[in-house]
Amino acid sequence: MTVFNLYIFDKFGTLLYYTEWNRTKKSGMTKEEEAKLTYGMLYSIKSFVAKISPHDPREGFLYYKTNRYALHYLETPSGLKFVLNTDTAALNVKELLQLMYAKVWVEYVVRDPLWTPGTPVTSELFQTKLDEFIKQSSIFGLRSI
Amino acid sequence: MIIYGVYIVSKSGGLIFNLDNNVPRIEHEKSFTYPLDIVLDYDSKKVTVAFNKKESINVGHVLVSVNGILVNGATLADGRNVKTVLEAEENYPVNLKFARPKMTTNEKIFLASMFYPLFAIASQLSPEPKSSGIELLESDTFTLHCFQTLTGVKFIVVSEVGLGSMDMLLRKIYELYADYVLKNPFYSLEMPIRCELFDSKLQTLLEIIEKTGFNNLDK
Repeated sequence: MTVFNLYIFDKFGTLLYYTEWNRTKKSGMTKEEEAKLTYGMLYSIKSFVAKISPHDPREGFLYYKTNRYALHYLETPSGLKFVLNTDTAALNVKELLQLMYAKVWVEYVVRDPLWTPGTPVTSELFQTKLDEFIKQSSIFGLRSI
Repeated sequence: MIIYGVYIVSKSGGLIFNLDNNVPRIEHEKSFTYPLDIVLDYDSKKVTVAFNKKESINVGHVLVSVNGILVNGATLADGRNVKTVLEAEENYPVNLKFARPKMTTNEKIFLASMFYPLFAIASQLSPEPKSSGIELLESDTFTLHCFQTLTGVKFIVVSEVGLGSMDMLLRKIYELYADYVLKNPFYSLEMPIRCELFDSKLQTLLEIIEKTGFNNLDK
């Protein structure tokens, strides 16, 4: 299918933003619980990757794939974490996430005086811009067999 | 084509087999003057670099030796305390050797049991129905490939990045496991694998793959 959902976490693990597009399966728990589980899993993966890596890691964990979806991970030096679930055929998602950080997050959240850092984002402008950005990307329309 | 390691995790999440292959030993020796410009973290078990990486000495590296004398935890081989030696100005200039910490067997068992819930949560958090667990995990320094058999045994291969699918290799290892481990009358299920024949066959398989890739793979 296409892009499934997106989580944005801050460095303390607070869920700043969640949105979904083509999600067909619900995990059967509340959004908060699911976010906590996701963050906990990523935290463990990070330490797992740092330990098992044969060389010194620079960026560390990039993505994982199962047979149905791929989870792409981008962490900024300030600890902000972007987690995007796509289908397994999506390419260059890391570049897309970096672009999203620079073009959408910084523009419409960081520069929004009404947003208090460390709290969930409620800005409608950000929501529409993000939706537009993802829908315009090349991986959104992609359909794998 | 470099394969760093092969791990087999049993149905219940225990590490039952592990083979290290071609793991690079990262070590760097450098002469330092007083005061020390890298920040060290003194722990009772090891002395690690906490801040200010220099050339190839990275954060997280462990102090191995001081002037050629091996470091044992927080003390030198001759009984002196590392911290007192490094804080005394008269000992400088000093030659320090740092290395990336090697995983101990205990840590490997710990990591294997850590992978088990990650695998399960990945399938639970799936946005699509009927997802498997993690099949491929990529970081900037390695790729991890995992294959779970129908009976729940996981075969994990850690290789360099940028290699295509390792399906062939994983299935081949499964085949070796079925042939040389399960048919061994002295092997009890869920227990660590100690079969010499399996070891040697796996080693040969890895050698073939590292030299010629998957094309020349035969029985």
